[in-house]
Parts: sequence; structure tokens; C-alpha cells
Amino acid sequence: MKLMWFHLMPYTELPDDFRDNHPSVWVDIHSTLFKPERAHHMYNDFMDELEFAADMGFDAVCVNEHHSNGYGLMPSPNLIASSLARRTTDTALCVMGNSIALYNPPTRVAEEFAMLDCISGGRLIAGFPVGSPMDTCFAFGQNPSTLRQRYMEAHDLIVKAWTEQDTFAFNGRFNQQRYVNIWPRPIQRPHPPVWVPGGGSVETWRWCAEMDYVYCYLSYYGYKAGLQTMKGFWEEMKRIGKDMNPYRAGFLQFVGVGETEQEAYDLYKEAAEYFYGRCLHVDPRFANPPGYTTEATQRAGVESQVGRAAREQKTNIAVSKNAREYDAILDNGYIIVGTPDQVAERLREVAKELHVGHLMLLLQFGNMSKQLTQYNTRLFAQKVMPQIRDLFDDEWEDHWWPTPLADADRAKVAATNTLAAE
Amino acid sequence: MDFAETTVSAHGLEARVWRAGSGPKLAYFAGFAGLPKWTAGMDALARHCEVSAISLPGFPGGGRWHLELDSLFEWSLAAHDLIGAAGCRGAALMGCSVGGALALEVAAIWPDSVSKLVLLAPFGLFDDANPPTDPWAQRGDKVDALMCETEGAYNALIERPGNADAVEWPIEMTRAREASARYLWPNSATHVEKRLGRIACPTLVLWGEKDRVQPPAYAETLRDGISGAVAVQTIAGAGHMAELDQPEAVAAAVGAFLGG
Repeated sequence: MKLMWFHLMPYTELPDDFRDNHPSVWVDIHSTLFKPERAHHMYNDFMDELEFAADMGFDAVCVNEHHSNGYGLMPSPNLIASSLARRTTDTALCVMGNSIALYNPPTRVAEEFAMLDCISGGRLIAGFPVGSPMDTCFAFGQNPSTLRQRYMEAHDLIVKAWTEQDTFAFNGRFNQQRYVNIWPRPIQRPHPPVWVPGGGSVETWRWCAEMDYVYCYLSYYGYKAGLQTMKGFWEEMKRIGKDMNPYRAGFLQFVGVGETEQEAYDLYKEAAEYFYGRCLHVDPRFANPPGYTTEATQRAGVESQVGRAAREQKTNIAVSKNAREYDAILDNGYIIVGTPDQVAERLREVAKELHVGHLMLLLQFGNMSKQLTQYNTRLFAQKVMPQIRDLFDDEWEDHWWPTPLADADRAKVAATNTLAAE
Repeated sequence: MDFAETTVSAHGLEARVWRAGSGPKLAYFAGFAGLPKWTAGMDALARHCEVSAISLPGFPGGGRWHLELDSLFEWSLAAHDLIGAAGCRGAALMGCSVGGALALEVAAIWPDSVSKLVLLAPFGLFDDANPPTDPWAQRGDKVDALMCETEGAYNALIERPGNADAVEWPIEMTRAREASARYLWPNSATHVEKRLGRIACPTLVLWGEKDRVQPPAYAETLRDGISGAVAVQTIAGAGHMAELDQPEAVAAAVGAFLGG
């Protein structure tokens, strides 16, 4: 299986009273809470951590896009990925992703992803999220009623820009360009692998299968809450006749590793409560602009509420999504915390049960320091990774992984990282 | 009061029209949430005129044609065409709240198609120093107090009638909000101030004195910009949706304007 190191880049110094005295971590979080001089250190620590993860042997490093967000300091993940392209050598670069409906024209995404693919020698995974309502509709003013139509059109334009050899005209509903002809072109043919983070909608699952894209369920609520969604995904794959290749899917999981059970428990308490207490403090008025959720999904939601409640009561599988105390966070499975053996055993179960070949790991979360992040990362790489890496590989091939240039054809980049040797 | 329901079509659009009353003809575009049910306000209006409530695309009775409309111009054209299909070309036109934004556009772009214009706290303007409230970034339990001065008046408008489908009704209410967002997102500014001078017909501007969505001061902008004669009237004891708070006062003002 593939083990991927994911960074959200949370601002690590939100005040203790944040939840009580500030309305939201997203959209209208107050500018006075942001200290650029402190962010200078945060960004550099975060980039050190990503480079460290690459050096420690993770299959990919992952970055993503958020706007006006106190737990996600990457309005442009492409900037970070560009630096990583130079500072890493063999690790895949997963940009998860660019909210393609936001860019006018979306050709910009085709260009920047092609640049990243060229600089990195063909190591890019191109993530195409619709984007959260907070990012897209409120922070960026995109219309919730046209967002998905724009997304589909942006997708078509980007893929055509990557693959069409001749200059072409694009006469879309929302985007018109008389001349589309991107320079540079991506190294990977026909284009970098496309991965799509999404919620639990059947339409998204079917579209990913039809387009042969990886579907990713990026929830902050862990494997217990993700089980039903991933079961639904695989049932749909089966129903439409797709194979059960676990590399069709990606899943996000928070993890904290310690030498002993007690050490692990103690080490990650503060960071866990910081993340679930402060970073997920989002004003509900930004959660659901009209039109963002499709009518089919609304309908499915309304119809399934009664049935779901009954099932959860019967099977006792209900997972709270508002736990903020450490023990409840752990009980609900938001974070897997333990010794290397415990974590390995649990992750093996999770990967098998959810049947996911691409496991995206948040080994930095909340206000974790660089020192603790690197400790967690090193323990994972040295003692967990060897126990679970072989999973699925005897049976399935990952058709959705980047195909970089051969070593002999790659530029000799002075990727430097002395941290792993420490 | 009894009302008649018809379906009209215009260039690929279909819309429900509810008609009641007698006297001067008045085409009517409802406000936030559209017109999911007949109201006391419609009864009150119908005592003064022949009112034709035309469902705009995406609002209750307006199907899903909003998904075909991508610009304010296409919305304006749809509104204009539906007025014609409803037999109200050249009649008076009333637009409330989000419907008021389209009434303004129709009157500005096709001034000959509207004989008199009534605006009840219309959307469309945006003053940096006194901005409107964002009606789409609200918790569901806060909207009632935002829209109306009378507690429960807005909730009564959108409350599911006993015979309505429990699954489809809330989806229809969300669709109405989506429809208004589709042509007014993100800040409800249509820049209609650039076109106000094209409106030459007599105009009545009504505003709830306690409107917490659209600042009542915007009435002055309309009065200054519209080239026809403009009367501004404040509705006491009313919020943004004055037709729900004070239906009789609104209807009386409209009746006097149409009959005068």
C-alpha cells in the first residue's frame, strides 16, 4: 500500500479562548490573530516537516488548498509543491488539490500542474476538489448554484489543455478562450493521475469510476466515521462492474505514535484538543449555502436519516462528530494513538476494512511542534511502515500512481535535507 | 379569497401563475423564498387589484429552469418573457426583496413594458458604508428574526403544509434560496444604479422601517436615480418582508398608488 504524509499547515498559535471569543476559524477569522513574523517560522517548520517525511521514505507528501482558514495556511498549495519538487527526489507530490472551479480561466491550473510535473520529473498527483463551501462560496465568492457546473467544465478544459496537441478554442458555458495552448506540457502521459476528494455522493463515485480517477474520502473524523462511506463506495464499484482494486481509493487518518502506550497518549493530547477544539470551530452559517449540496444528495440525506438512526441504534456504530475532549476523540477513532505495533495493527485493520490502498496520514495536526512532528514521523517510518507497507501489493497493482522519468533522465537537483540524518 | 392557478410558458420556460382580484392589473414577483403558499398579503393585494403572482425560475412553482440561467441578463429576459406570457405586458409590476431586483431590471431594460412600478425593499444595491446583510450565510434558526419583525411570520411562510411531501418540501425551500443566490450571489449587487435613469414610469418604493436585510436608506438611492416620479413610503412595524409583517398596510399603499 501507499503511505502518504499529509500536511494541513494549521496556524499553531490560536489563543486559548478562541472557541469562546471568536465566531469561526474559517471565512471571517480575525486578521489580528495572524502574526506574519510567527507564520514565517511556521511555514519554514512545516516545509522542513514535509521534506523530512520525504527523506524518511513516505511514498508521497501531500498539500492542499484552503482560503481564509486558521487551520490551513495554503491558499496556494502549488507554491509549496514547487519548493518540494526541488527539495525532494523520488517522493510523489500529491497536490490535493486545486479547487478548479475557482480559477478564471481554469487553464491556470493546467499550466501550474504541468509546471510542477516538469520540475519534479513527473511526480505529480493532480487533485481536483470541488472545494468546501467555506473556501469556494464564501471566502472566494463563487456562486453555490453554478459551482458544480463550473467544476465539470473546468475539468474538461484542463484535461483537454493537457492532452490536445493543437491550439484549440474553448467555448464553454462559463469559460471562453479563443486560444488554448499551454506551455509547458506535463511529463506524464496522457496527463498526471487525477484524484478527486469528495463526500459520500454516489454521483462522485460513479464519475471517478467512469473517468478512472482515484476517489478520496478526506474526513477529519477517522476510520469509524469513514466506514459507511467507504462501504458505500465499494458497493457502488461492484454494482457498476469495476474491480475491487484498493488503489481506486484514498483515505485520511490522523495518527500519533509513541514508544509506549502511555507516552503516546500523553504526547498528542494537547495537539488533538487544539485541532478538534479550535481548528474545527466553524460558524455553521457558512456550512451550507443554497445550491452547494445537490438535490440528489439532499434527498438521499433526508430519506436516509430515519434508516441511519435506526441502524446506528441497533448496531451501536454511531460516531459523534463533535468530540473535543481527548478521550472522546480517541474513542471515536478520529486519531489512532499507540505504540508502533498497536498503530500498525490498527492501520492494517483499517486499510483492510475500508479497502483503501492510498492511506494519507496526518502525523502533524493542531499545534504540534516540529520536534514532535518529526518524532512521530520517524517512529512511524521506522517501526510502523515496515509492518504495513506490503499490504495489497501481492494482489493489486496501483494504476493511479505517478510515472516519473527514469533516474538517468532526471535532472541532478541538489535536494538537501540533513534533518533525517539527525 | 379564491385564486386561479395557470401555467404559462415562454421560450422554453414554464411558470405557475396565481391570479386573484379585480381592478388594475399587477404582475407580482415574490420575495425571499418565493411564494410557496397563498398568503394573507396576497389576499390583501387582491382586494385592490387583479394580481398575478408569477413564479420565477427555481422558486416555488418555477420548476428548475434556474439551472439554465447563467447571467443577470438571462434572468432579466426570463422575467420579462414570463410577464408577457402571463398577459401582464404593459401592466403595473411589483417586486419584493429578491424579486425586486428583477423588477428593477425589467423596468430599466424594457421601460415600455411596465406602466407603474412598485418596489418593496428590493435587492440590487450595495453601499460599502451601509451594506445589506448576507441572507444566505445564516443559520436556519436565525432567518425568521432576520426577515420579519413579527416572530414566526417567515417560518409560517415556509412551514410545510400537512399535505406536502416531507422529503420534497424542504428541498423546494432550499431551491428557492438557491434561485435567488444564482443571480444575486455573492453580495446581491446588480449595479442597477447605472440603469436607474432608464426607469421612467411612476414608481412607489416601500420599505419596512425595521428592515434588517436591505438598508431602508437605499430608498433614497432609488428616488434619486429613477427618472420617473418616485414616492417613498415607510411601513411601520415591519421588517424586510413587510408583506408578511403588515400585509394590509402594504396592500393599501399599493392600492392607492395603482388607483391614483
